[in-house]
Amino acid sequence: MSERLVIIGNGMAPGRMLEHLLEQAPGRYTVTIFNAEPRVNYDRIMLSPVLSGEKAYEEIIIHGDGWYIANNITLYKGHKIVTIDRSAKTVTSDHGVTEPYDKLVIATGSVPFIIPVPGHDLPGVLTYRDLDDVQAMMLAAQSRAKAVVIGGGLLGLEAAAGLNAQGMDVTVLHVMPTLMERQLDPAAGYLLQRAVEQRGIKVITKANTQAITGNGKVGQVELADGTIIPATLVVMAVGIRPNSALAKQAGIAVNRGIVVDAGMRSNDPDIYALGECAEVNGQVYGLVAPLYEMARVTASQLAGNEAAAFVHMDTPTKLKVTGIDLFSLGDFAEGEDRQEIVLRDAAAGVYKRLVLKDDRIIGTVLYGETADGAWFNDLKKKQTDISEMRDTLIFGQSYQGSAPLDPMAAVAALPDDAEICGCNGVCKGKITGAITGKGLTSLDDVRAHTKASASCGSCTGLVEKLMVLTIGDKYNPAAVQPMCGCTTLGHDEVRRLIIAKGLKTIPAVMQELEWTTSCGCAKCRPALNYYLVCDWPDEYADDYQSRFINERVHANIQKDGTYSVVPRMWGGVTNAAELRAIADVVDKFEIPMVKVTGGQRIDMLGIRKEDLPAVWADLGQAGFVSGHAYAKGLRTVKTCVGSDWCRFGTQDSTGFGVRIEKFMWGSWTPAKVKMAVSGCPRNCAEATCKDVGVICVDSGYEIHFAGAAGLDIKGTEVLGLVKTEDEALAHIVALTQMYREQGRYLERIYKWAKRIGIPEIKRQIMDDGDKRKAYYERFVFSQKFAQVDPWSERVSGKDKHEFRPMASVGFAQAAE
Amino acid sequence: MNWIAIGSISDIPRRGARCVATPEGKIAVFRTQDDQVYAIDDHCPHRGGPLSQGIVHGTAVTCPLHNWVISLETGKALGADEGAVRTIPVRVEGERLFIALEALASRAA
Repeated sequence: MSERLVIIGNGMAPGRMLEHLLEQAPGRYTVTIFNAEPRVNYDRIMLSPVLSGEKAYEEIIIHGDGWYIANNITLYKGHKIVTIDRSAKTVTSDHGVTEPYDKLVIATGSVPFIIPVPGHDLPGVLTYRDLDDVQAMMLAAQSRAKAVVIGGGLLGLEAAAGLNAQGMDVTVLHVMPTLMERQLDPAAGYLLQRAVEQRGIKVITKANTQAITGNGKVGQVELADGTIIPATLVVMAVGIRPNSALAKQAGIAVNRGIVVDAGMRSNDPDIYALGECAEVNGQVYGLVAPLYEMARVTASQLAGNEAAAFVHMDTPTKLKVTGIDLFSLGDFAEGEDRQEIVLRDAAAGVYKRLVLKDDRIIGTVLYGETADGAWFNDLKKKQTDISEMRDTLIFGQSYQGSAPLDPMAAVAALPDDAEICGCNGVCKGKITGAITGKGLTSLDDVRAHTKASASCGSCTGLVEKLMVLTIGDKYNPAAVQPMCGCTTLGHDEVRRLIIAKGLKTIPAVMQELEWTTSCGCAKCRPALNYYLVCDWPDEYADDYQSRFINERVHANIQKDGTYSVVPRMWGGVTNAAELRAIADVVDKFEIPMVKVTGGQRIDMLGIRKEDLPAVWADLGQAGFVSGHAYAKGLRTVKTCVGSDWCRFGTQDSTGFGVRIEKFMWGSWTPAKVKMAVSGCPRNCAEATCKDVGVICVDSGYEIHFAGAAGLDIKGTEVLGLVKTEDEALAHIVALTQMYREQGRYLERIYKWAKRIGIPEIKRQIMDDGDKRKAYYERFVFSQKFAQVDPWSERVSGKDKHEFRPMASVGFAQAAE
Repeated sequence: MNWIAIGSISDIPRRGARCVATPEGKIAVFRTQDDQVYAIDDHCPHRGGPLSQGIVHGTAVTCPLHNWVISLETGKALGADEGAVRTIPVRVEGERLFIALEALASRAA
């Protein structure tokens, strides 16, 4: 009979404890968890990237529902424990569930501190603690209005940066003279303030909040000096305190937090506490590394190892704001027995300070360049005598020894017990041991086995270097395939950051995302150009020099350097006047080849580049526009004759095809999009191998997508059945827009769908009316700027230089 | 050396190219992001693709037909591919561009 283990709270600390416990004593306990939050265990450290839009909630989940099921753990979501009955050994939730325990673990975390100024309880005052807070902030940010963040510490600044990224006008109020004064000295605090202000966030230091006022909701914040700051959102991020009320009420010893011994046991031998609510040796903790250490100790204790003990540790602080690198560790106050080494590089925005005592490092502040943080941390932890290398110490590890070392050598030179991952306390030897011992070849594997780089991710670069050092070429960083050789970022990350950081030009993307080449390459430039066209339709100026030649001259280049031209024939329908005009053009320009395409239109091949504008002028006279047969965009909508002519036709498939094509032509997409509409399930328009297809039936329109009939052959998936033509159009447009926003450049719909998952696409397009409407509206907005016929533009003289040589030389001499 | 005027640097878009027609075929004249100008034969050493139509990045161009990358400085294919095109001397005098005619003549000879 297994013992009953009940856990109150489902944050990162108890989650980690369970992982250890399941490993050390599988099956020993029947586990029940009560989580006051209505969700599974997620990575709270990553809330800031969620707020700034760089990550989604799904990406920060640590244990999904499946994990609890697989490990036979009962998880009560949204159940807050209201009483612990220590004599009966039971706990009871606010929903009335009572659960007996043999061992109880309290992990209630902390509660944000609220400054008790007048108005602190007005609607619009939030804290920054959990996903609910983040969602509330993101909702408030949609107004693009003004926000005030009270507190210029780690959390406050991350909240401010996130709200700023969401488009709000943000002011940070900080009561002390410099930001993050507990982790940074005044010089670094100043640099940080400047960097924060450069992002457009206002900072007021020595700001003493006196009241929050407004009419039934937040309207403004008043400072003691009389300053008034208008705001519709106030975020209080002034600190946390251990959440120990429940333990206190149950008669467990409580000081600042729940008092526990080094084995994480409270004064009731069957009750443990860990995480931010626990107080060990008079200390409470808020950073993840010591909390994970508590988790390890608690798990060992529960598994029967009574020797496991928690030892105090200093933890480096890092700010998770994209583009601001800072690192702080230990004690950096000035003192007579202390010396300091300082390096400043104003141009590069770098500040480094080491505080020494008796030739040993006791404190480190790094701003702007933090790569040596791990090394300084190691020297501090080992109490290394640095007198020998004092002169060059501040320049970092790579300057020690005779010749400067490259970064790889610097990592190679780290001792096996050097800490790589501060969050999870993983040292170099453990990582290299796991790589060789378990034959790991991907970053995800290393994360899974060692936890290194699995929390805040700031040591990912170090871990990757270790992988290369250990297994060389076998390391396959392709967990995320970079866009091209100019960057280490993958397509998805680049797309997310374009939005999150509001990047609106190719140079801005390359600068902000640290491209390694000066102006990209033939792979990344067309991709970036598409992403910017898609994401900022009204603001981005299309960069033709970043488009492939076909899209630059709006025709298809052939093997001999001539071009082919395909005018649009809506739905594949034409008439005598159009055919006559085409015949005339073919004669006039001596076009050597005319061919009917697979997409129901006519291709003229072998046209000289210089003739293109004249060919288009004649075609334009007859009413033709570009067929975009060269575009990563909407190409054809193939149709059958439908109910107008066909004795089997159920709907007007021709008319609907024409309507779709007229609605959607001109739109750019990640890769080409070909569509078709068939009037009955006999499917003469071959709609079931298209990117998007429609099969008309008596009861309406069956929408298909994700077919392929090229390199791969694949039948379509059914998106769903709708009753009217209007609905069918709305669904198709929304689906296309979803693909436009999420697809990687050159990724066809069927590949995108495989990556995202058919059910997810169905959920967003068929089931979620609001989402569908939003996609639809974004497509319509973008079409305002996209539906311009490129041929007539060029007939009018646009990009003249494309079509004629800049000079002719040497011909006169040749004639002589 | 005999320099022939072919036009102004502003005739060529940045990160772009224009052609100069000659009796022996086209010459592609490139302008980089930082306004350096290069001239090479408009004929990829692989399958003869028109290099002037490619995407210009750094001091290289990617051929529109099969993505060979050609150095504008040396005319040589970069990466794993092997091959080269002729480079033609260019001089920039203020705004005006000149290419070396003798180089043309020597090819005809």
